[in-house]
Amino acid sequence: MYRLVERRKLWFLVSLLGILPGILFIIWNVSSAGTLLPLSIDYTGGTQWEMRFSEPVAPSALGSVFVEEGFTDTKAFNVDDDRTVQVKFKNIDISQKEVIEQAIVEQFGEFDERLYRSIGPAIGAEVSQAALLAVIAASLLILAYIALAFREISHPFRYGVAAIAALVHDVLITVSFLSIMNLILGWELDALFLTATLTVIGFSVNDTIVIFDRIRENLRRHRGEPLAMVANRSIIETAQRSIATQVTALLVLAAILIFGGSTLRIFMATLIVGLVSGTYSSIFTATPLVVAWEEGSFLPKASKAVRAREQTAPA
Amino acid sequence: MRNQLIYVFLILCLFAGSLFVALPIDHPVWLEEGLAPGVDTQRDIRELTLGLDLKGGTQVLLEAEISEDQPLPEDALNSAKIIVEQRVNGLGLAEPTVQLQGERRMIVELPGVKNPDQAIETIRSTGQLEFVDLGGLPVRPDDFINTTNRPDAVAALQEAVAAGEAAPQSIPFPDETFETIMTGDILQAVVATQDEFSFWQIQFDLKGESSGDFFAYTRDNIGEVLAIILDGRVLSTPVINAAINDNGVITGDFSQDEAESLAIQMRYGALPIPLEVVDVRTIGASLGQDSIDRSLQAGIVGGALVLIFMVLLYRLPGLLATVALAIYVTLNLAMYKLMPVTLTLPGIAGFILSIGMAVDANILIFERMKEELRNGRSLRLAVETGFSRAWPAIRDGNLSTLISCAVLYWFGNNFGASVVKGFAITLSVGVLLSMFTAVFVTRTFMRGFLSSQGERLLGSRGLLGY
Repeated sequence: MYRLVERRKLWFLVSLLGILPGILFIIWNVSSAGTLLPLSIDYTGGTQWEMRFSEPVAPSALGSVFVEEGFTDTKAFNVDDDRTVQVKFKNIDISQKEVIEQAIVEQFGEFDERLYRSIGPAIGAEVSQAALLAVIAASLLILAYIALAFREISHPFRYGVAAIAALVHDVLITVSFLSIMNLILGWELDALFLTATLTVIGFSVNDTIVIFDRIRENLRRHRGEPLAMVANRSIIETAQRSIATQVTALLVLAAILIFGGSTLRIFMATLIVGLVSGTYSSIFTATPLVVAWEEGSFLPKASKAVRAREQTAPA
Repeated sequence: MRNQLIYVFLILCLFAGSLFVALPIDHPVWLEEGLAPGVDTQRDIRELTLGLDLKGGTQVLLEAEISEDQPLPEDALNSAKIIVEQRVNGLGLAEPTVQLQGERRMIVELPGVKNPDQAIETIRSTGQLEFVDLGGLPVRPDDFINTTNRPDAVAALQEAVAAGEAAPQSIPFPDETFETIMTGDILQAVVATQDEFSFWQIQFDLKGESSGDFFAYTRDNIGEVLAIILDGRVLSTPVINAAINDNGVITGDFSQDEAESLAIQMRYGALPIPLEVVDVRTIGASLGQDSIDRSLQAGIVGGALVLIFMVLLYRLPGLLATVALAIYVTLNLAMYKLMPVTLTLPGIAGFILSIGMAVDANILIFERMKEELRNGRSLRLAVETGFSRAWPAIRDGNLSTLISCAVLYWFGNNFGASVVKGFAITLSVGVLLSMFTAVFVTRTFMRGFLSSQGERLLGSRGLLGY
């Protein structure tokens, strides 16, 4: 029998390395920008404007129009192709927009307005708070449901807590991913990232439940076996399923990442990272945590008694 | 065995039915009428209902421009909504919507609007109410006319229609300018009430200083029509029955809704509260179409990859599961049309997650089946055990997903996080349907196959892939 949960020192270390960049980034961002993560205009308020011209337009040239109009902190960059430029700056009203629009048309000609968003700062803050509350409330209810579904085995509450821990782990991993991508490509936390996180949470809990379900079944079938052994057995028995599910999901997501439009790219990349993390955490976070709780020690104790029992138990 | 074949037949009927609904073809009138809420209305279900992020258009979030700690006048937001709806309907768009959100906000959706900036200005503008002498000409409610107070109303409308920024209206007398007797400023209070026979009527009080002129005019024109006009559009054409001094009633064949709506429009030709644009989002039609085309392309490639993978890994059961998956996707699309669900990008994300969970349910079952086969069980027993043993995991996974969907939907609905709401709707519809197709449909197919081809299968490890 493989010894998986016994190596949890290694698994937790891997998780820590995955989470650490996000934590460091958050600390850095709080001290430099005052927010936990770099937020998109969905949450800070501001304007996002995407224009497609008939001829290629240099983003810097377009950006200077905005600077001339007094919006000095304007960012302009190409999306999709060299005719399409996206501009980000502060929240404006319609009369200000008309003035800028006229200046742009005079200098660069007519354009197709692909996307325009201007949002006041108060709204974004409200929505993000509500969404955070929703995630917390949903987590607590899932905890209650798992505790109920596993009530026949001892300590059902622990399984619920471990599943939630895995869920938090996956959210933190996606945060790490966002942090790294922010440094490389300037990604920001927007409404779609939030949706991706919700999806990752769904996958993560589902994955964890599959393994816990097998533990529940094996505990009944192999009475008297130590939990660590039952856990190892359950992970191995469900491994094929974990891999098969992972591969199918990745096939679909990779297809969307490659063929889907630029609007979905950040979303899909986040999903892929979160999905891999979700499978990892159900095997290497949630399950070892339940065992650790049972053994009363976060990291494994290499006690002789445990080993002796393992050797005598049928493999 | 016979039972299994009946089930297979019923599943195929259901599949055919949902395919019929899901396809972009003309549907019979009884179906479209059955889906519409009112009498004599139909709902077109040729195409899926797409959100603004996919089909292009503008969404505006308006907020009452009154400081946070001050309560809004009672019913002010509802009245404002009625007026905004009227203005939005005048823009000539397909299916615009106005929805209240919370205590102080309103979401206006303008699909396919060509000049969003101007449309928003129109919505927020202040309208003007007039009492107009029709001079005996046959003008009806909803007609557009020029008045001495607004002599260019018809020309402005025609220009807007030509630019595609307004819906065409009936203009019976384009060259006529009718005389304005009074503007809406003279009205003090307007309410919809019922008379002693329970008929709905509109009761109004006039302000003291101006009622002298009104009294003189109504006294001299008993039996004539006095039209009520809002921004050039005729609201109502009541006949003067008596001289009106400081209050009067408008009677007619009004329903309660009509009477209340007319009262509100007379009361607030202008909006009862100023509205501020706090969030505006325009998605160009080209970007929306891009998203659809690419999602579709990605969906086809992804679906094909899953099919190949499932068949390679699980052989015959994998093939049957892909058929069940095709039924699943069709059922989902049909449900979206029937409910109806407005499909947005986050909604598509929810759908993808639900497909993932449907496939996962089948993988769980088949892995279990293989395990049982490897332990030397008979094929028939392995199939049954595979389904029954995998069920608790599928149930618990799906139920916990449904729980979080319920929470997300509730929050999305109450806090205007429409992103979260669209996601929760498609995911919960998908999870509910997947429990049916991934478990019941696949099992029925497997049993049906076993009962007809069972003996041959028993010897073929290749077909089962274990």
